Amino acid sequence: MARITHGLTTSHIPAIGAMIDQGRTTDDYWKPIFAGFDWTKEYMEDHKPDVVILVYNDHASAFDMKVIPTFAIGCADEFQPADEGWGPRPVPTVQGHSDLAWHIAQSCILDEFDMTIINEMDVDHGLTVPLNVILGNRDNSTPSQWPARVIPVAVNVVTYPPPSGNRCWMLGEAIARAVESYPEDLNVHIWGTGGMSHQLQGPRAGLINKEWDQRFLNDLTRDPERLRHLEHIEYLRETGSEGIEMVMWLIMRGALGENVTELHRHYHVPCSNTALGHIVLKKEEPEFEPAE
Amino acid sequence: MTKTMPRDVAAYLAQFEDIPGTRVFTANRARQGYHLNQFAMSLMKAENRERFLADEDAYLSEWKMSEEAKKAVRARDYNAMIDCGGNIYFLAKLFSTDKQSFQDAAGSMTGMTRDEYAAMMIAGGRSVEGVRSKKDALAAVAAIAEKESK
Repeated sequence: MARITHGLTTSHIPAIGAMIDQGRTTDDYWKPIFAGFDWTKEYMEDHKPDVVILVYNDHASAFDMKVIPTFAIGCADEFQPADEGWGPRPVPTVQGHSDLAWHIAQSCILDEFDMTIINEMDVDHGLTVPLNVILGNRDNSTPSQWPARVIPVAVNVVTYPPPSGNRCWMLGEAIARAVESYPEDLNVHIWGTGGMSHQLQGPRAGLINKEWDQRFLNDLTRDPERLRHLEHIEYLRETGSEGIEMVMWLIMRGALGENVTELHRHYHVPCSNTALGHIVLKKEEPEFEPAE
Repeated sequence: MTKTMPRDVAAYLAQFEDIPGTRVFTANRARQGYHLNQFAMSLMKAENRERFLADEDAYLSEWKMSEEAKKAVRARDYNAMIDCGGNIYFLAKLFSTDKQSFQDAAGSMTGMTRDEYAAMMIAGGRSVEGVRSKKDALAAVAAIAEKESK
């Protein structure tokens, strides 16, 4: 039986990808940013996922204004890195897991989550930057192939309204039920990406809210119910217009169930315009299995 | 069912008007900026980038954009583009075509110089204090004025 063992989050700042591609990860500015992922890379060597369900938002790469799916799942065998305006990133083709992805899509739809099924799409920095910082080489270079299969789950957090935090949480629960009903024995991770506080537009650009971000990180383990009920207006006000990406972290958190242990945390300001946040959570089994 | 947010569209949207220096990409903006954003999207192809850079006016004339939006693009005025319904993730294709970084593009909208903006970020970014809401900002201005008048 497939099982979700870990959940993690990370920002997916495009400049991180650019620095990897240009070999500048040891520059003074970038060194502490990459150093915070060393622990995770080492841990992943011993706890390698077979499949990563990677929740991210497409940044006007695969989807333009013609079609705006709220929740989309990538069911293809492979996904090419997108050309975002400066040529595609020189990273390996992302290998999908078509069978599990279709299984999740079917299970979620029967569970009343009407997913958009994507059979062909390119993936942008929102997906490839997290792969680099979590599953990249220890020297931060890009491996010749990604060590895990990836199921992209793309969430609309660009055109309003994005899904509510509560809806994201519930999708996470539905994804967890789907994974648990897949017969093959697979170690599955679920990653929520984007965030933390950042605003990329207008006179208020550059907004960072460390206190709010830290409390959000704390409450992923201490009080996830509070996070589940945060309103969009709070993300916008407190964390900047692009901080809304953090609703995607709640898909990850909803999928992990009640008991989790925090294994590692990395928070750094600034990373380009953004407060970088990264946390690794391990799913703990309930102490008592409920009687059938 | 848990109530987490306003379910009424007008009530939901009204909240966004109170955030200073921020234009939320609502349905109205998405409709207004459709062709501007699709133009920006077209710059994901290398051949389109070349054609655009070679003759911006000719390339822009192929798109059903308002004159105001075309003017904003030519001036690389990102605040003006957002006023025309542009969204920053779409407009990112334009500043990437110009080989400009996201930090410099975002900074260009703040009225700060490139160096001032970079220094603010290094120092921890823009504080949320006083810029949470227009009401707060007005109250803060009023408090300063009152203090100065004493």
